Amino acid sequence: MAKKKVEGYLSAKESRRISRENRKITNEFEKKRKRKNVPESEYTTTMKNPENVVEIDNLHTYFFTDAGTVKSVNGVSFEVPIGKTVGVVGESGCGKSVTSLSIMQLVQRPQGQCVDGEIRLNLGDGKAYNIVNTPNEKMQGIRGNYVSMIFQEPMTSLNPVFRIGDQVDEVIALHNPDMSKEDVKARTIEMLELVGIANSEGVYKMFPHELSGGMRQRIVIAMGLACNPKLIIADEPTTALDVTIQAQILDLLRDLKDKINSSIMLITHDLGVIAEMADYVVVMYAGRVVEKGTANEIFKDPRHPYTIGLMNSKPVVGKQVDRLYSIPGKVPNPIDMPNYCYFKDRCEMCVAGCEGAYPEMVKVSDTHYVSCYRHYEDAVKEEK
Amino acid sequence: MSENRQSVDNDILLEVRNLKKYFPIKTALGTQKGAVKAVDDVSFSIKKGTTMGLVGESGCGKSTTGRTILRLLEKTDGEVIFNGQDVNKLSKKELRALRTKMQIIFQDPYSSLSPRLPVGEIIGEAVREHGLVPKDQLDDYVTKIMLSCGLQPYHKDRYPHEFSGGQRQRICIARAIALNPDFIVCDEPVSALDVSIQAQVINLLKDLQDERDLTYLFISHDLSVVEHISDVVGVMYLGGLVEVGTTEDIFANPLHPYTKALFSAIPMPDPEVKTDRIILEGSIPSPANPPSGCKFHTRCAQCMERCKTEVPKEIDMGNGHMVKCHLYDK
Repeated sequence: MAKKKVEGYLSAKESRRISRENRKITNEFEKKRKRKNVPESEYTTTMKNPENVVEIDNLHTYFFTDAGTVKSVNGVSFEVPIGKTVGVVGESGCGKSVTSLSIMQLVQRPQGQCVDGEIRLNLGDGKAYNIVNTPNEKMQGIRGNYVSMIFQEPMTSLNPVFRIGDQVDEVIALHNPDMSKEDVKARTIEMLELVGIANSEGVYKMFPHELSGGMRQRIVIAMGLACNPKLIIADEPTTALDVTIQAQILDLLRDLKDKINSSIMLITHDLGVIAEMADYVVVMYAGRVVEKGTANEIFKDPRHPYTIGLMNSKPVVGKQVDRLYSIPGKVPNPIDMPNYCYFKDRCEMCVAGCEGAYPEMVKVSDTHYVSCYRHYEDAVKEEK
Repeated sequence: MSENRQSVDNDILLEVRNLKKYFPIKTALGTQKGAVKAVDDVSFSIKKGTTMGLVGESGCGKSTTGRTILRLLEKTDGEVIFNGQDVNKLSKKELRALRTKMQIIFQDPYSSLSPRLPVGEIIGEAVREHGLVPKDQLDDYVTKIMLSCGLQPYHKDRYPHEFSGGQRQRICIARAIALNPDFIVCDEPVSALDVSIQAQVINLLKDLQDERDLTYLFISHDLSVVEHISDVVGVMYLGGLVEVGTTEDIFANPLHPYTKALFSAIPMPDPEVKTDRIILEGSIPSPANPPSGCKFHTRCAQCMERCKTEVPKEIDMGNGHMVKCHLYDK
């Protein structure tokens, strides 16, 4: 749409044209989304594997900006099995947060839209919804009850003018309209105790500014888990915290996951946290999944050059290196993605095949997939 | 780190003796009702051309130490001796001359660059003000500095908002380097950056150190980064240094219970390694009202009776490895 952005600026005329076209597209999506009384059959679907809590299938989330379309999530597929932790790693801007926001339907609208693909959410009892088509009114019942999110910044995700108790109460009352006020309060106190807050009655009456970062993150976790969700999306839950507090929070998340028997989708750029928490790892780069597999496969046998680079660029305690490896170059412009492998310009292991179109996912083992031409050729050879 | 040591040693560039920085807490009427003891009796020295890492939880006074050394904050008590001069006794004019020798790189590259100045001006402004290079050579000089920090000369006329986080941090580094300093305080320079960008900035800092024989005070809460870049590491807790030693000593043989807990909390990027984690209960106590005796005793697993009343002294464990803990006081 807007190929001119690469160098220099867009003319005002061009920008207006793009914005007009964008409005046409986004209005269509919005209209569809705001319909009332949509028959349930339109968004019910079946899980490919009933053992998964969520299956993301070829998801495309685009942002229609005045400078052009940003393909933030461009064909992402992975699944989160029940009771497991899936880690999503990647640089900032690679689409990991947008993927999680798509699951919650919290993408900034109307500019941001899920234009293609499916997100199948397992509601239990063989029922499943396709989140992409679920209308707004239904989504409220899903957020909190089935999927909840823990945000990165505990400082900004709590409202500074309401007491902690009121904020947690609100979540519980909203999702359980028939609960009495006393029951709600009792449940809040119970939740605060569950996340390891010693003085729960006292904290109930406090304002967010009276708590430290670690405590605030616990409150946010308590709010997220108040309705026993099936899937917890933790978007960089410990990035703003110290190592010692980080260890406490990770420990807490692991405990709670088992206690309420849910799955965690952990988004972070800290490979250490991923290695510790995750059963499965998904590596994202520029809006696409470049490699996925079990934690052992990804850490012991990384296949994609980006994954290898990422591993080497992190200093590790107890492992002395003279110079850290740094991946050369930078992420391609999201408005004008190349039509070959997105990592090719930064890759030091290019093969002849890299000139071709974006590589398909290749199977390395039953759980390990990689999208790289180096393995593409190996896989083809094996098949022959 | 004993008090009577003189800075006769020519190798030592910076010496900090019993540095204290208290922030007064005032009532509504302006009378003082107490003080936040942000830095409470910190002493250390840094050799020329080396890097000292300063680690600790947020709120333990790492950044305040860095800023008080540079006299960006006025000290409450103690001495900072830089190149044989007491920084706190200098007049305004002398301090201004010294500013070119001591620089700082801030944590957040988004808020530490003026959005209204082009990059060339950001880097060249201080150089011109201090008259370090003749006017007609300033442009070439800035170009040279930019190239050495991995920036392109055509970036000179651009504004900070046109750059990514990593590049902004390069601009901050270039701004500090341009004055040809001897000593740079790096206040969490990489914590706001992605892993892959982090590696680039760390490599740049190391290269510049080799090239220009720089001395760094590297403040960070990321222990793996500190281990990578530092020669000496100091561990801070609640305003005081609890352990100092060479990087090898500290990481191979941490002595203080706080250091042990801190190190065991580092997540390792290897799913097979299961560390015996020491999880510290609660959070750091208020520095306005620190615990009596050893400040760490409220969270320490090996707390003894005497820890609650008696302030531990510095104990030399050999090879410059100092620890403040009663466990080693025989």
